Amino acid sequence: MKTGKIDVAYVAELARLELSPEELATFQPQMESIVGFVEKIKEADVEGVEPMMFGQDLVNVLRDDTVRPSMDREAALANAPARTETEFKLPKIVEGAES
Amino acid sequence: MNGLHELGIVEAAEMLERREISSVELVRAVIDRVRAKDGEIGAYLTFDEEGALAAAEYADRRRAAGEKGPMLGIPVAIKDLINVKGQPCTCASKILQGYVSPYDATVTERLKNAGAVCAGRVNMDEFAMGSSCENSALGVTRNPYDRSCVPGGSSGGSAAAVGGDLAIAALGTDTGGSIRQPASYCNCVGVKPSYGRVSRYGVTAFASSLDQVGPMTKSVRDAARLLKVLAGRDEHDGTTPPVDVPDYEAALEGASAKGLRVGLPKEYFAEGSDKEVLDIARRAADALASAGAEVSETSLPSTEYAMGVYYIVAPAEASANLSRFDGVRYGHRSERAEDVFTLYTRSRAEGFGPEVKRRIMMGTYVLSSGHYDAYYTRAQKVRTLIRREFEGEFKKFDVLLAPVAPTPAFKLGSVLEPLQMHLADVFTVPASLAGVCAASVPAGFSSSGLPVGVQLIAGAFDETGLLRAAKAYEDVRGPLERKIV
Repeated sequence: MKTGKIDVAYVAELARLELSPEELATFQPQMESIVGFVEKIKEADVEGVEPMMFGQDLVNVLRDDTVRPSMDREAALANAPARTETEFKLPKIVEGAES
Repeated sequence: MNGLHELGIVEAAEMLERREISSVELVRAVIDRVRAKDGEIGAYLTFDEEGALAAAEYADRRRAAGEKGPMLGIPVAIKDLINVKGQPCTCASKILQGYVSPYDATVTERLKNAGAVCAGRVNMDEFAMGSSCENSALGVTRNPYDRSCVPGGSSGGSAAAVGGDLAIAALGTDTGGSIRQPASYCNCVGVKPSYGRVSRYGVTAFASSLDQVGPMTKSVRDAARLLKVLAGRDEHDGTTPPVDVPDYEAALEGASAKGLRVGLPKEYFAEGSDKEVLDIARRAADALASAGAEVSETSLPSTEYAMGVYYIVAPAEASANLSRFDGVRYGHRSERAEDVFTLYTRSRAEGFGPEVKRRIMMGTYVLSSGHYDAYYTRAQKVRTLIRREFEGEFKKFDVLLAPVAPTPAFKLGSVLEPLQMHLADVFTVPASLAGVCAASVPAGFSSSGLPVGVQLIAGAFDETGLLRAAKAYEDVRGPLERKIV
């Protein structure tokens, strides 16, 4: 349902969002207006300018690779939408596998 | 003063230290105030009263045992995206309803170590995406100075709580203005620290190259004290450099406008903003000049590109950060999930609100194949230009002074177009992109009685200079009448 410049249905699929036809129809002009707005940056002269990839210039922040206690398994599982005693539980992913 | 809830951090700490009040009394006063008033304001999402009182009792015991601390016994409201162990952390989103934090954020841990009481979780735009708090999926927050108006956003609950005397102080987060703009709308001091000054470990990420946690308080001195507790290197957040944290509060001693070099970037005073807002900012500059500051006009020509850069970079990073919400380990899982694909797509569709979906979509679009270089890489290059301009300004000036937002608080429900809402951030976004520090300081009221702040901006990691300038302005401004309705 590509009606304008942006194929919103395709973008929604990439974004892993199931959007209703109404949402797609609403987002189409809204996103196009935002994209039209941000196009402004194309006027800036960036010849020879390095991109600012991070919020600052720190590189390779390392710490000693030592074993330390991590979050308790029960705490990590406590917010799971579905779980077993020791694992997160998911719908079947691999065809033919046991659920 | 009518009640202890009106106190700021420093005043309350002095009374605690003199044993005139206990932390339990202080926290109880805040709880009573919230019970009486928050039904009309809606600043809080949840308030664990028992937990807060128990923490207050513990603070009182620490004091009785001879301990002192800058925040000992002081309650602080927490924006609902900062993890406090055992409390909900919903980010004002349906996708995290029912979530209970299994750990403390670094800022939470530092607050607790300093003796502060985490008291109540305050509302926000969902995942900090918005400028009015209206994107909260969990409740409406009103401006304590005019209940028909928004409190600003995304830290709208923090601002309404502090501005409405429903809290002593609060934590907010700022990605493109989310501390400064609501602080301006609700008559509080809000400080966005330099990028990297405060750890984000345990703070739900929105745009990782921009996000910062900061104080929202009733005075500059309160903000200085709270920032000292929050700031500094954290091994859990690799973006926090090992830069010493000065005693910001002690540094306020002798802060004066005399000789302060203040730049007024002309792009921030151009036509198109509310006239009263511009007048209030100009009056603030005049007041500093009368007290001996050297005020002159300057220019940041790349300002016109800042919004474009922001609305590429922030959604791009958000789309990546929010991919963690997949219905697997925590958060909402759709009952209609049939396979792994629909587990993702349906859980996310049911859990996220419209603004969050729109930003994920925008971010996914600008990062998608064929658009990446045209939008994302180019935006990063323009961001370099913006940062360089700010760096140049701070060779000439101690601070820049500008309006915080183009208008005072607007009416609830009055801004419907997403693009129009984005423009509320036009004066706060550039400093965020540059990674420098900035503050909003209350500066007056519009003719209709709405608070208006003035923005001060200083160089990266020059929070001392920023806070000294803010204190100097606060002193020349004098006390402001608080007209909470």
